[in-house]
Amino acid sequence: MENLFVNISGALRGWFTGMGLPPMAVEAIMALVFLVAILAFVLLNVVYLVYLERKLSAYMQQRLGPNRVGPRGLFQTLLDVLKLFGKEDIIPNAADRWVFRLAAILVMVPAIMAFAVVPFGQGMIAVDLNIGIFYFVAVSSTATIAFLMAGWGSNNKWALLGGMRTVAQMVSYELPMVLSLLGVVMLAGSLRISDIMAAQKTVWFVVLQPVAFLIYLVASTAELNRQPFDLPEGEQELTAGPFTEYSGMRYALFFLAEYTNMIAVSAIAATLFLGGPQGPWLPSWLWFVIKVYVMIGIYMWFRWTFPRIRMDHLLAFNWKFLVPLSLANVLVTGIGLEIYKWFQTIRW
Amino acid sequence: MSLADDKFLRTEELTLNMGPQHPSTHGVYRAILTLDGEYIKGMENVIGYLHRGMEKLAEARTYPQFIPYPDRLDYAAGMLNELGYVQAVEKLMGIEVPERAEYIRIIMAELQRMASHMVMLGSYALDLGGYTPWMYFFRDREKILDLFEMASGARMTPCYMRIGGVAEDLPPEFLPQLRKFMDSMPASFEEYDNIVTGNEIFIARTKGVGVLPVEKLLSYGVTGPNLRAAGVDYDLRKVAPYGIYDRFEFDVPVYENGDCFDRFVIRIAEMKQSLRILEQAIKDLPEGPIKAKVPRVIKPPKGEVYHQIEGSKGVLGYYVVSDETNKPYRLHIHGPSFINLGALPDMCMDLTLQDVIATIASIDFILGEVDR
Repeated sequence: MENLFVNISGALRGWFTGMGLPPMAVEAIMALVFLVAILAFVLLNVVYLVYLERKLSAYMQQRLGPNRVGPRGLFQTLLDVLKLFGKEDIIPNAADRWVFRLAAILVMVPAIMAFAVVPFGQGMIAVDLNIGIFYFVAVSSTATIAFLMAGWGSNNKWALLGGMRTVAQMVSYELPMVLSLLGVVMLAGSLRISDIMAAQKTVWFVVLQPVAFLIYLVASTAELNRQPFDLPEGEQELTAGPFTEYSGMRYALFFLAEYTNMIAVSAIAATLFLGGPQGPWLPSWLWFVIKVYVMIGIYMWFRWTFPRIRMDHLLAFNWKFLVPLSLANVLVTGIGLEIYKWFQTIRW
Repeated sequence: MSLADDKFLRTEELTLNMGPQHPSTHGVYRAILTLDGEYIKGMENVIGYLHRGMEKLAEARTYPQFIPYPDRLDYAAGMLNELGYVQAVEKLMGIEVPERAEYIRIIMAELQRMASHMVMLGSYALDLGGYTPWMYFFRDREKILDLFEMASGARMTPCYMRIGGVAEDLPPEFLPQLRKFMDSMPASFEEYDNIVTGNEIFIARTKGVGVLPVEKLLSYGVTGPNLRAAGVDYDLRKVAPYGIYDRFEFDVPVYENGDCFDRFVIRIAEMKQSLRILEQAIKDLPEGPIKAKVPRVIKPPKGEVYHQIEGSKGVLGYYVVSDETNKPYRLHIHGPSFINLGALPDMCMDLTLQDVIATIASIDFILGEVDR
């Protein structure tokens, strides 16, 4: 069980090589296989996550949630997706057509790209880059552009307000998020995901870097535009923010991107702070899924508990509290590391 | 030279149309906002999308026939609206209402006040992005609506009051159910405090937001919890008791700041007082008839009357003019929502767009009553 997926991938690779393909072509085909696998994983999870979110919120609010379609309402999201496929794709006359259309697709790209460095299990990283964390941060920050494009291209005042908020929020919260990851990177001494995983063999980084974990939790919630930081959408204020003018599948893509990002961010949190896919008894990929879902559960719990924060409070909280705190965390981590090294030299 | 003085950095104000189709304008209210960035530099109320001509309709209805119409004014507080109307007609005709009917009216009125406040508190929380508290408030409101259904057969638009009494006696299972509801409330209050009132984000968003000086509020004619939250102790149930309110012991909660936060908590405090009134009303509820002997065709004597009660949103007044026919010659309704809404643009000045949403929610207006 442990090496189920690794063996499948190995068998596929062997099969392609056996067909007499040159090594370059094998690599290219394998990359495609990984992409398909990641897409399948993400899409299946998103469909389930929407259901989970609705059920979870329902139980928190003393309701039943979806329970009509299929056993316990399990097919509800599937039908919803089908419905969205069937909807008319409306593009407002006043909209900037290219920007408007492109934004919905562009928002999905960084969300999927981030999964390249996610370790789904032991030896199950699609591309084990030596700058894995840096790659993740860099890729996910480009999502801001898509939101701005959607807000601007819609040519709608509400959407524009939402787009402006998105940029202000995502750009500022990137800082504490990256700085919180820095603490982990300092401890592991590497940006490579597999090295960071290996460094957590004995103790999870959430124990060594509790402050960084909390900062990451808050900052990533803001990056995901989820409550209490869902100002860009701000349903009660901006109708749907940048997505106001979107309909049908294009709207669904934004929705999809939000959940995909949530999985990615949770996966990174699980990898960097919760020991990645390591754990006793169960196969590593199952451990990984469990940890990711614990993180997702926390995000959902946030969403259904807190009211929305105000824009100026949001920015003040970031610049006056989170950024200094994360900088202090980096400083303390650095000092701690030096002291640790010093002790080691004395002892030996 | 600052950036703004730079001729190349031209900023202009944005005119934004909020409503009538907007998630948090509570129906079909529309505001024309002038924004500088996200700050409000101008705000204009636009109302009338729900105008049904209630006052004119009354002139074509007999007095009893008009009873269902007040339900549709402030549809979150049907019982209270009816109460105001039937009491106005009774005052005009000099009808003495039986004891039991008076007590039932008090029970219904206070239950309705709680239900109305729950709608307000729930949608307030929802407007600030708190989905879960909304469900909590509506869960408790549901119990009240069940009680109404038991007594009157309808939930939102009960049409339960009659000129001279009430339509039906309370069914036998009503009082036990009411007791159950009242016993469940203290736990609910604790929940409200935990999930909304004690929440840091909620406090940060509502404290000090949407304040108007008391003089301004008074000159706008704002009444009800919105006025009491600003420190004016004015509750018609105490100041000019109608019905049998003078027999009950209760406090009028008064807060000082008059900001959105106070407008929220004062309603929770009022609900607690309503429970106290209910407690006493159940204890003293006498046996007897539920309707006074009134003529079959109601023809009030020539004259006019103005009667006002403390509605859930403020002073609700009915002005009835009779020309000795079976239909009112003129009926005017003084709706608190309309009056309170007038003060909104002043409250919102220089706030951010998000604060406007909070302020709109905290004013608690129902468009059915604004537009009539």
